Amino acid sequence: MKILVCVKQVPDMESKFKIDSSSKWYDQSDLVYKINEYDEYAAEEAVRLKEKVSGSELTVLSIGPERVKDAIRKVLAMGADKGIHILDNEEHLKDPFQKASAIAEYAKSENFDIIFTGLQSQDRGSAQLAPLLAGMLNYSFVSTVVAFENKEGYVEVARELEGGLRAKVKVKLPAVVACQLGLNTPRYPTLPNIMKAKRKELKTVNIEELLKVEPLIETEKVYFPERKAGGIVLEGKADEMADELIKILKEKTQVVK
Amino acid sequence: MKALLIGESKQGKIEDSTYELVGFAKQFGMESAMFIVAKSDSQIAYDGKVYLADSDKYKEYNPDAHKKLIEEAINKENPDYIIFSHSSYGWDMAFRVAADLKVAPISEVVDYKDGTFVVPCCNSKFRREVKPKTDKAVLTLQGGAFNPVIEGTPQVETLDIGDVEPSVEFIDYEVQEKTGVDLTKAEVIVSVGRGVGKKENIEFEKELAETLGGELGASRPVVDAEWLDQSHQVGTTGQTVAPKLYIACGISGAIQHLAGMKKSGFVVAINKDKDAPIGEVADVFVVADVNEFVPILTKKLKSA
Ligand SMILES: Cc1cc2nc3c(=O)[nH]c(=O)nc-3n(C[C@H](O)[C@H](O)[C@H](O)COP(=O)(O)OP(=O)(O)OC[C@H]3O[C@@H](n4cnc5c(N)ncnc54)[C@H](O)[C@@H]3O)c2cc1C
Repeated sequence: MKILVCVKQVPDMESKFKIDSSSKWYDQSDLVYKINEYDEYAAEEAVRLKEKVSGSELTVLSIGPERVKDAIRKVLAMGADKGIHILDNEEHLKDPFQKASAIAEYAKSENFDIIFTGLQSQDRGSAQLAPLLAGMLNYSFVSTVVAFENKEGYVEVARELEGGLRAKVKVKLPAVVACQLGLNTPRYPTLPNIMKAKRKELKTVNIEELLKVEPLIETEKVYFPERKAGGIVLEGKADEMADELIKILKEKTQVVK
Repeated sequence: MKALLIGESKQGKIEDSTYELVGFAKQFGMESAMFIVAKSDSQIAYDGKVYLADSDKYKEYNPDAHKKLIEEAINKENPDYIIFSHSSYGWDMAFRVAADLKVAPISEVVDYKDGTFVVPCCNSKFRREVKPKTDKAVLTLQGGAFNPVIEGTPQVETLDIGDVEPSVEFIDYEVQEKTGVDLTKAEVIVSVGRGVGKKENIEFEKELAETLGGELGASRPVVDAEWLDQSHQVGTTGQTVAPKLYIACGISGAIQHLAGMKKSGFVVAINKDKDAPIGEVADVFVVADVNEFVPILTKKLKSA
């Protein structure tokens, strides 16, 4: 089987974010980056599938500046065979349609049987890339996948719906599979595998070679939302804040007397 | 502006979120029509035209057929906006349609003004204002962002496009049995997030919950990591709760979590990151290390 997994590198969501000078995105300096959480599940599932089906080859792809090679290397250390880095220093200014079309441009001649992605990224959070990619490649598509099983010539998955309901679904190949949190338990790469990953093939392609479309949406601005009106912020010593909080709870709720 | 609203039915029932789509169109003075795959005798409370495809024939989930049916309704209506819920159905269907028609896809809309859409980003730390660059746009609306409108009697037109060869086939629903705690009846919920760091630390929140006579809730990563079982999960894929007091410990306040708890009477957030989006719903935001603060709070409550 030929398998592709697409991963995105995103800032640690606990970072101190600032808006950049264009007001169109967050300031990318001084941030700690890691693999998008949803994509870790995608990577793990891709590696498991590769290990199960002998003769498979797993490629990991990421779009972004030089630093996204770290994300690619991590997935190589998890067990992917080779990496594709689509170099784009302005990745953050592209919309999902453009990114999907760049990946589609790369993937169309590769004839992957299955493409794994995360359901959404933690920063943009649009959940658009996978369905757009599937549409462009004319692949089957399934999202919110929380269970995955490879069968003869098709895959069987469980989709997570709302309120504790799941749907069992049969998906023809080739397919794009968008993975939801909790699908599996992503492995930690071992030290020997991290070392081995350094010797695996990692090819860089420039975004200009693959991107042929204009964006469909335009970001006007990015800003911090307002806090709850009248919300109280307590800062300082834990001991004093606890006293203050208990006082407020006594006044405002009936549960603390 | 004209909108085509894509309703949803699940297990034979029209989803409540469908009426939020109607509310959105009404709120912004858009003309609208609805498309839905549902039982042919469904009662839909909507004052307008409904294109209905029979779910006995087309199943509640059959993306290839649904896409074709939706495109048929688009041809008939020529809407400016094609509007879905930001739900498991919506984000599965919406962007297939966008890819097909090459129109701007906009996810998780929470507000709208003069052709500009407001959407969250970075786990709702920020808001982003986006504009479609195409005449039409495909939108998904965030659950709970718009008030539902449930009224009227529709003019129903049945849609049938013959058989469609499916690439994705629905087999069956799996209902997860409900065991464990029922958070919906709790007056106090102390909820644990990933910020507590490790499973052992949950003891602190457990003791606080016991002291307040409440139950233990959790965010999804805590359940995914198996620190607590699924019955504790609050949010869109967990329980929807409305206790008198909700204490969020080390929870960032992602939209999917807020959706499950924002109707709580009084919300306390304990978080070391002052910018955490839980601040949007917190009545009191305690900027602190949860593992340090919670034991102190519990001790004081006990001796009070
Ligand atoms: C379709 C879908 C459905 C989902 N359903 C749900 C759902 O039902 N419920 C749900 O909860 N999520 C759900 N999610 C996931 C959701 O998007 C978030 O990923 C999740 O809520 C984050 O959980 P968290 O706040 O515990 O973790 P994080 O977002 O990782 O936040 C941890 C927080 O802890 C703080 N922190 C860290 N260390 C400390 C410390 N020592 N002291 C104090 N604070 C600290 C950080 O500042 C941060 O704000 C869903 C996602 C999707 C896509």
